[in-house]
Amino acid sequence: MTAADGARLEVTLCPGGPMLLRGATEVRDEDGNLHPVERPVVALCRCHRSDRLPWCDSSHKAPRPAPDP
Amino acid sequence: MSSRHTLRRQLSRSADSEGKQAPPNGPMTLPTPCGTLSESVVSGLTASAGRRSFPTDSDVRAVTDPVHDRDFQLALWVLYELHHRGLAGVDDTLEWDPDLLGARRRLETVFETAVRDLVELPDPMPTTSSEVATELRRMTISGTEPELPAFLAREASHDQFLDYLAERAVYHLRESDAQCFLLPRIGGGAKTALAEILYDEFGAGRPDRLHADIFARALADLGMPTGLASYVDDADALTLASVNVTTLFNLHRRLRGAAAGHLAAFEATSSIPCRLIADGAERLALPASVVDYYVEHVEADSVHEQVAITGLCGNLVDAEPDLAADVILGAAACLTIDTLAADRLLARLREQPDRIAS
Repeated sequence: MTAADGARLEVTLCPGGPMLLRGATEVRDEDGNLHPVERPVVALCRCHRSDRLPWCDSSHKAPRPAPDP
Repeated sequence: MSSRHTLRRQLSRSADSEGKQAPPNGPMTLPTPCGTLSESVVSGLTASAGRRSFPTDSDVRAVTDPVHDRDFQLALWVLYELHHRGLAGVDDTLEWDPDLLGARRRLETVFETAVRDLVELPDPMPTTSSEVATELRRMTISGTEPELPAFLAREASHDQFLDYLAERAVYHLRESDAQCFLLPRIGGGAKTALAEILYDEFGAGRPDRLHADIFARALADLGMPTGLASYVDDADALTLASVNVTTLFNLHRRLRGAAAGHLAAFEATSSIPCRLIADGAERLALPASVVDYYVEHVEADSVHEQVAITGLCGNLVDAEPDLAADVILGAAACLTIDTLAADRLLARLREQPDRIAS
């Protein structure tokens, strides 16, 4: 992640949820792809269940499928 | 009642003009009254000075179940609209008319009592900011998939999907306006958090990303009207109650804790349903603007949920610990009334699959 020039970059970890980023301009994902940041605050997925990685889509709260018997 | 016909007529007229109209920002036409209270409000608003009368105490007390009473909710909605965009043909000075405010107060007292009776609150109630945040997270995690969004994702027909949008338009076309009334009543970190959410709701500096206008564009692309009037005329009591309880909490400084809790619960139960609704819009090959509206809320509301719970509610309770119970009340009211409204809407979509087309 990179901050806008001279801007403050702030990271907030949410209990049981995502990581909030304020002041970031882009996020590089695990495959090296750059994702521009298009809103003042973004939520990065920490549970790896999101369908919209690297962003949080609240999948951490979705009902989990029943475990195999 | 003529309301069903109003929407159908406007649907065809809107389709004729290829849905190009801009979202209207001016006052809407007065809705069609549907009973004693709404008739009294509408006729009172349009009568000449000195000949106005508004719902009396006995009119209001005659209502036994205000949350489910469409006439009651429509009357209150019309009075609240005076504080938002106003109503065509209604004198703007009536927003602060003492007789009218008295009538509004009578309706609000009965409504607030009914909401407090309806909700179930945790026992013991949380008292600290961290307990409030934990309780808000607990309240807003559902063990099961939400039924109405799942229906829209996998089963709904084109007409049923449009009927859903028409019912919810009363909320979406005014998205986040009510919470602006909360901003001057709070300070510090709570104010910063709310301003951060509202900035995003209102397009984060880009008028083309105003959430309410993205929704209006989606309606226009579907050939549906973008003005509120026809949607209000068709809206169910519970849809109006869902909007009215938001306005009630946000318009009263006394209820600022409930307004904050209501927003947190709303944001925390939005992202997963919006993903399912976006899936449904894609499955039905609806215009890109419809998908865009819901996809926008998947990411935005995942952020807003965290900012609302910790930043808004947490900081508010730190600053004013006496508001802890009201924060939980507001969240419970949001979840209870919105669940009732969603259940009612799902039942209607299944019972009347062709309602919007016939």
